[in-house]
Amino acid sequence: MPLVYAGVCSHAPGITGRADQADPVIREQFYAAFGAMGESIRASGAEAIVVIAAEHFANFFMNNMPSFAIGMSDSYDGPIEDPDWLGIRPFVAPGDRDLSERLIREVMKTSDVAYAEEWRFDHGIAVPLHFLTPQFDVPVIPVNINCQGPPLAPLERVWAFGEALRRAADAVPERIAIVGTGGISHWPATPDSGKINEQWDREFLDRWCGNDREALLSYDDATVYADAGQGGFEIRTFLAVSAAAGGAKGMVQFYEPIPIFAVGCTIASYSLG
Amino acid sequence: MSLYYVQKFLFQLNRDEALKVAYDRDREAALDGYDVSDEERVALVAPDIGLLYHLGVNGQILMHFAALHQIEWSDYLQRMRDGLAEHGPVREGVYAVTGYVGVEAHTASLANASNDGTA
Repeated sequence: MPLVYAGVCSHAPGITGRADQADPVIREQFYAAFGAMGESIRASGAEAIVVIAAEHFANFFMNNMPSFAIGMSDSYDGPIEDPDWLGIRPFVAPGDRDLSERLIREVMKTSDVAYAEEWRFDHGIAVPLHFLTPQFDVPVIPVNINCQGPPLAPLERVWAFGEALRRAADAVPERIAIVGTGGISHWPATPDSGKINEQWDREFLDRWCGNDREALLSYDDATVYADAGQGGFEIRTFLAVSAAAGGAKGMVQFYEPIPIFAVGCTIASYSLG
Repeated sequence: MSLYYVQKFLFQLNRDEALKVAYDRDREAALDGYDVSDEERVALVAPDIGLLYHLGVNGQILMHFAALHQIEWSDYLQRMRDGLAEHGPVREGVYAVTGYVGVEAHTASLANASNDGTA
C-alpha cells in the first residue's frame, strides 16, 4: 500500500524525565501536539509504524557501528535507561518480524542496511511511543541512522536510504506510517545542554516543509556542528523522512524551544495527498 | 589515551546488569579486561564526571553513568563544567565548548527575543 503517514517529532529524554521542571503551559501544549500526532497516525489506518531514530549507544557501539539498521523482531523491550530517570515505565512494544524482513529485503535492493534481531529501545524511540501509541497497540519497525559516532553517513546516502524506505513501504500490502525522531539544533548531555538555536531551527523547518532535495542536502556536518551542535547531526532522521515523503510538502504542527528539555520541541508532518 | 575502551566500558555498564553488580561490588576489578590508562581508571572508579568529559567521553554515554551514581541532572551538567574549568578543553572526541550561559539565562533570552518580536 502507498505510505499513509510521514512525520517527525522530538525524542529528548527530558520530555518525560524532567517534565516537572518545564513551564506547565508550554509543556501541555507540546504534549497535546504529540497526542494529536498519534491521532493522525491512527486516523491514517497505519498497521505498522516505521520509527527512524538516532539511538544513543544503547544497542550499537563503535566496535561495529552500522550507518543504517532496521530491527527484525516480533517484540522490543525498553527503556534501556533507568525508568525513574526517563520517566517511562518498562514496556514491551510489539514488532512484526515478517514485515521487517520484507521491508529489509526491499531496502537492500538500493541501500546497504544492517538488521538486528535484538533491540532495546532507548529514549529515541521510547519517548515518541509514550505519546504516539501509549497502549503499545501498533507494531513498530525500529530503524536507526548513526548520528552519534562519526564518521557518519553523508546526507546524500541518508536521502537514498529514505527513498529506499519509501519504496519498501509502498511494496508491502500493509499500511505503513513513517516517523522520524530527533532533535534539530541542540547540545544534549553536554555542559551546553539546554542551548537551542531557534533561528537555525526555524530556517531548517522551512526547508523541511518545502522538501526541496537540494536545499536539504546543502547542509554539511561542519556548519551543522558549529550552528546546531552535535545534536544537529540528528537532522539525518528528518531528512530520511523528507526523502520518503517523495516531494510532498510539510507543515509544522508545533515548535517551541524548551531549554529544560534540551531541544526545540517539534511536531511536523507531510501532506502525502 | 584509550578513550575507545573507556566508552566501551561505560556502554557495557549501561546495558549489562551483571556488570553493574560487579562494578558496585569492586569498581577496580570490574575494569579488568578494559585497556584504560591510570588516569582513566581513577576517573571511572571515583567517579569523576568532569574528568571523564574532559577526556572526551560522549555525553550520551556519560549521562547514564551519572544517573547510575544518582547524580541529579543539573549537578551532572555542573560537574562537566567544573571538569572543563579544572582540566581544560575536551581532549578528544566530538565536543567543543560553545560558551553556553545556562538554562535559566537562555530561557530568559528566548522570552525577551519573543517579546521583542525578533524570534
